[in-house]
Amino acid sequence: MSLWKYANPVKFLALSARVQPYAWAAAAIGILIGLGWGFFATPDDFRQGSTIKIIYIHVPAAWIAINAWIMMLFASLVWLVRRHHVSALAAKAAAPIGLVMTVIGLITGAVWGQPMWGTWWVWDPRLTSFLILFLFYLGYIALWEAIDDPDTAADLTSILCLVGSVFALLSRYAVLFWSQGLHQGASLSLDKEENISDVFWQPLVLSIAGFTLLFLALVLYRTGTEIALRRTRALNVRLDKNT
Amino acid sequence: MRAMLIRDLRLAFRAGGGFGLGLAFFLILVVLVPFSVGPQGELLASIAPGVLWLGALLACLLSLDRLLALDFEDGTLDVLATAPLPLEAALAMKSLAHWITTGLPLVLAAPFLGILLNLPTQGFSWLVISLLLGTPALSMIGTFGAALTVGIKRGGLLMSLLVLPLYVPTLIFGAEAARRGVVGMDVQTPLFLLAGISLGAIALLPFAAAAALRMTIR
Repeated sequence: MSLWKYANPVKFLALSARVQPYAWAAAAIGILIGLGWGFFATPDDFRQGSTIKIIYIHVPAAWIAINAWIMMLFASLVWLVRRHHVSALAAKAAAPIGLVMTVIGLITGAVWGQPMWGTWWVWDPRLTSFLILFLFYLGYIALWEAIDDPDTAADLTSILCLVGSVFALLSRYAVLFWSQGLHQGASLSLDKEENISDVFWQPLVLSIAGFTLLFLALVLYRTGTEIALRRTRALNVRLDKNT
Repeated sequence: MRAMLIRDLRLAFRAGGGFGLGLAFFLILVVLVPFSVGPQGELLASIAPGVLWLGALLACLLSLDRLLALDFEDGTLDVLATAPLPLEAALAMKSLAHWITTGLPLVLAAPFLGILLNLPTQGFSWLVISLLLGTPALSMIGTFGAALTVGIKRGGLLMSLLVLPLYVPTLIFGAEAARRGVVGMDVQTPLFLLAGISLGAIALLPFAAAAALRMTIR
């Protein structure tokens, strides 16, 4: 009994089918309560007014956008080291979700920045590194799409993910060096005394948890789809050989 | 290894090797800039380091799809992969050859194009130094991109999409060093970081490129 037994697609799918309903339900509860609480039951900020409420979408989306890439990095490593197909397909399944979350983070940020900073976009380090992350997602997905053979595609995208992670991190610090920031510091952190105040903090944590569970459910669901696609492909190849 | 390098250099310099194409592209790009932003001397002087860096980067990118594609088509890469020389070393040599035929001419041409863009006098040496330190990284990262996409039909555009985000840190530090040189600020920090990126790329990326190439020609 170890984690690796779920590298078997059949066992993975069985577990995924058992976990998914709970994940979907918990995600729905977390997001509904988190957003509902945040939107209707918290006071307006004394300086930002009601625009503060976009934080309940913006921060969780950004959180998922970054962690989806980290998850892809680990999945790619597992594929390169142990060559479990489920792992490679999970990385493939996570990429579009990360891309969409990056876009959501950028758009909600722009919508918030227009009234608050007076501009849709500034070349601030955080904003810039998110834009670069968006480009990395695009390249990663494009490489998956461009290669026919699924194993080669998994190999090459894994290597790209590894090298890309190093360069994404480099870019993150390079843009810090290159431009001064307008973006505020971290909204939540464990090691700082000063966080955002409690009224905003609790619904935010709830909606972050909801988004994370939504990500989990989506990845499980999409990995299942990818496994099915791979199987139909294998069946097709066998059919072509027999005829 | 030396034979590999000499072979690649010969192929590049002979007729049809495409030597000088990148240089010509660099020249045209720089000539087009005043047409697009206007001929005011001050404006050109302030954007000159960035434009020259961007031009060098794009000229490097343009010549990348020739780096491995021809050898892939005629089977040379298959031979190299089974040769006693490690594929990593072969790719490092190919990258070096690319730098000598593309990067080095760009570095040498940059001061002359700087005159066209009204680059202030004190900026010339720092521009050349920053390009000299940065273009090896561009060649090496490009080799990795070429190795990733060599098996893909019409992979040129895809390679640009993959390689350009990887160029971001090099461009930031390189252009920053050149810009600081022009305005007379301290250039040490960006130059050291730029050199660090180049050295790191040269040390590590041959392995990544060789791994990618092995997966393609397996």
